[in-house]
Amino acid sequence: MNTIWALAGIVIKELYRRKDFYVLFVLTAVITIAAGSVRFFHDPNIVRYVKDLCLLLIWVSALLITIATAARQIPAERENRTIFPLLAKPVTRGQVILGKFFGCWLASGVALVVFYVFFAVTTGSREQYWPVADYLQAFLLQWIMLGVVTAMTLLGSIIFAAPSSTVTILFIVVAGILFLGRHLNTIAMHNPEPLRSVIYTIYFIIPHLELFDVRERLVNDWGLVNWLDCGLAALYAAAYAGLFLLLTWLAFRRKSLN
Amino acid sequence: MKTIPPGWWLTLLLTMCFTLATLFVPRAAWWNAVPRVADWNGRSQSDNVFKLLLGEGRRLFGNEMFTMADVYFHSGYYPSIFDQQETEHDVAMPAHGQTEDANSTGDDFLGPPRDWIAALDRRFVPNQHTHLDSGGASGHLKKAGVQEILPWLKLASEMNPQMIETYTVGAYWLQTGLHNPAEAQAFLFEGLHNNPGNSELLFDLGRLYYESYQDVNRARNVWLAALRCWEAQSADVKAGPQARFVCDEITMNLAHLEENERNWPQAIQYLQKVKQVSPNPDAIQKQIDEARKAMAAQTSTPAAPPH
Repeated sequence: MNTIWALAGIVIKELYRRKDFYVLFVLTAVITIAAGSVRFFHDPNIVRYVKDLCLLLIWVSALLITIATAARQIPAERENRTIFPLLAKPVTRGQVILGKFFGCWLASGVALVVFYVFFAVTTGSREQYWPVADYLQAFLLQWIMLGVVTAMTLLGSIIFAAPSSTVTILFIVVAGILFLGRHLNTIAMHNPEPLRSVIYTIYFIIPHLELFDVRERLVNDWGLVNWLDCGLAALYAAAYAGLFLLLTWLAFRRKSLN
Repeated sequence: MKTIPPGWWLTLLLTMCFTLATLFVPRAAWWNAVPRVADWNGRSQSDNVFKLLLGEGRRLFGNEMFTMADVYFHSGYYPSIFDQQETEHDVAMPAHGQTEDANSTGDDFLGPPRDWIAALDRRFVPNQHTHLDSGGASGHLKKAGVQEILPWLKLASEMNPQMIETYTVGAYWLQTGLHNPAEAQAFLFEGLHNNPGNSELLFDLGRLYYESYQDVNRARNVWLAALRCWEAQSADVKAGPQARFVCDEITMNLAHLEENERNWPQAIQYLQKVKQVSPNPDAIQKQIDEARKAMAAQTSTPAAPPH
């Protein structure tokens, strides 16, 4: 276990050494503050559009950070040839995968904490209302979702040739799931057989990342989602993350390192 | 060779910057005309930031922005492009004097969940039909105000300044929901600036003067102007159901105004005009008969002797 945490620690250090996070955070902050400074009809109480915009930027930034961080972990180790001394420690390939996974997931969690603190301060100071539990729940659900994305990206980094292609493909896949995932069953019903069965199969196979998107609820003050439902969603995510990690390990186990 | 100290370089650069600024600023006077985002409130159609960026193509986004206002009005509970679509925007209905219809989002547009994933998904998204003017999702009127729709209406008007509904709906909620007639008036003026002589906007402006400012004379004048603008339209336009509805509203309000002022002949004249465009002329005829009776009673009653 210590080996896994040691590997994870290196990934976290990498996050604050790289510029990605800082650039995305500054961009999010500048756009949010600029949007928040606009007064519509001289009404200071209008706040939901700012929350909506800020959360959208947080989601995009978090996905970019997570996918970009996870996609380059194993290819970079192979390219720099640091994978050989690492595996000679001795560290098993499974431990490398787990260490990289936990490192990327924790790193995205650290970034997400900073983003959510900014979100809470910006919107809370404007509407003088602090639903801390709602923010915490939204953060936890998004972080759980990022765990699945991290595992998916690690699998992609083993399959695809270069980190750039992994990032592009994963971003398209994740965006596709987030936009279309919940509607695939409706689309399937409007199609004839055998297309209907094909779409329905895809609907049941893909990880429904959109389950963890509670932005609409947060923006419109719908209150907390039942924690039991959150627990079910977390189990669902854990199953998918485990499956992707297993597939990553199987692919990495047979992969030539040269 | 002797090196120049950094302080001198800095002085030289600052001097160059100042010189270039004095040279370029007068030439770049157009920059002063570029709208700042913070100035959106007071700008007209001709110089808005979206026209600068998107040109005439911005009109395509006008409807989307208006729909976003309706989405916010429902606190996010809204059909997607894959669901059964709304035929009317609920946010606009009160402004048109209508109540919610049976096909509104009040119905469960999603239907029963098809599978366990859909059932679980509904716990994480807005899942109840609410309106912001009745407290929204939280049910607290103070916490969730109808003001949240205003940015989208403002953006819709910036995107498509010829979309009349944006101004009428925005002014309605500013006037009734937020009790801010001054901003409602300014928004209607902006609409009239972009759509001169529009009878719908003039009617709403008259209603604002009548209901919020209790300024009967100004309301009468604006409604008369609205009626003149309506009359000036082509026969084809006037025959349309929307145009007939606007005429009905203007003349009916003028009739009520004159009734309240005890100007019975004018009131009857306007009611006769309403009868021509109303979908229910019999009911209007009854009102005309009542007005005639009231006029007869008024003329038969001797004036009270002065004390």
